[in-house]
Amino acid sequence: MAGHQTYEEQKALVFRGLMILGVVTIVEVVIALFAKGHIVPSIRFTEGFGHYLYMLLMIGFSLFKAYFIIFYFMHMAYEVRGLVMSVLLPTTLLIWAIIAFFQEGNSWGARRELIQEKNEEVVSPAPVGKPQGYILPGTMKG
Amino acid sequence: MAETSVTHAHDTHEHADDAHLWEGGKEPLKASYGKLMMWYFLVSDAFTFAGFLIAYGALRFSMPSWPEPDFVFASFPFVKAHWPLVFVTFMTFVLIFSSVTMVRAVQEGHRENQRGVVYWMFLTILGGATFLGCQAYEWTTLIAGENMTVKQNPFGRHIADGIYLNDDGTEAKKTDGSPDVFQKGDSYLLHMHPVRQADGTMKDEFIQRKIKYTTGPYAGQTGVQEMGPKAFGALFFFITGFHGFHVFSGVLFLAIIAINAAGGVYAARRNGYEMVEKIGLYWHFVDLVWVFVFLVFYLL
Repeated sequence: MAGHQTYEEQKALVFRGLMILGVVTIVEVVIALFAKGHIVPSIRFTEGFGHYLYMLLMIGFSLFKAYFIIFYFMHMAYEVRGLVMSVLLPTTLLIWAIIAFFQEGNSWGARRELIQEKNEEVVSPAPVGKPQGYILPGTMKG
Repeated sequence: MAETSVTHAHDTHEHADDAHLWEGGKEPLKASYGKLMMWYFLVSDAFTFAGFLIAYGALRFSMPSWPEPDFVFASFPFVKAHWPLVFVTFMTFVLIFSSVTMVRAVQEGHRENQRGVVYWMFLTILGGATFLGCQAYEWTTLIAGENMTVKQNPFGRHIADGIYLNDDGTEAKKTDGSPDVFQKGDSYLLHMHPVRQADGTMKDEFIQRKIKYTTGPYAGQTGVQEMGPKAFGALFFFITGFHGFHVFSGVLFLAIIAINAAGGVYAARRNGYEMVEKIGLYWHFVDLVWVFVFLVFYLL
């Protein structure tokens, strides 16, 4: 693998890889600490649009690190197209898994909230003398 | 005429190749069987990890509150300080370094340099073992120091603004006399203290302070500091444990292959230390998974 590179070029790639992964990680952590208000307590991005932006940024950095590790450390960049596709294409299935399960989690959360509300609901007792429960139409008069 | 005969010769040549297609020696996708199978194993492993991490996300979305990572993961060896994310960043760097030394080992393998392979693999093993040691420290702190287990999670977060109450129900004051209030999203860790039981024996119990909410749908309601979502502890130990087990088996196989390399097993094969390349793929994958564990557990 990577037979077209000289030994010196290969060693340079290793050093560059160390620098890229290290710098990206440090940038990630500094942004994380900043966004959560650990560096400047008055500025935080923990809610709303700022939080989404922060999360997107973190996911973007992580995907870049993943790309670098797969393509250069694992030499995917020098493999034939068929191998690259047979490894990377299946992982696109995960996009749907993420959408579906996060949707599921949200609805699960909504259900928990509903149960909580119903548990705390105060129901006034039914008037005495009247039958309770579901009454079939036409079976009760008055 | 000459052209057709050339084409013809070419065709028969192709046919001759196809005839022996299943007799070995011809590599599909220009990768050896072992390397190809390692790639496909890694694809399946990626799906396993993705399943775990997606489950973490789904459970997190389903809970009204979730522990704050930079509050939970803030301890550092030998230092009594609250340093959010610092120790995990160190762990990340340990894995990055060991990945880099692994790349060097594979490169030396291609040059058939036995001493180089063994030297760089040794450094890689050292990195892996350091990572495992760091994880042991992290787990010990959480289990023994902070009482988080797969079944209980004392890390909670307030779901609305409010004020702490004394045992008699009056509003609590801080030591400087100001009201002891908290805000929505504030994190807390419940501590264990010995409490006298009805039969006179002492038993460790979590101390949950009384609280009263002042805003939100629960305004005016009183309650206690709840334990955090149980699922957090279970997911944390299960997923980082599964990753740690990958690191552990990686270190074992690295050690076996390094010993073989030192003994000249792969030099005799004259295939550019392909075995080192295969364990290298696995080792980079462990680093790759950590990128996402780091993202999901510590950054988001």
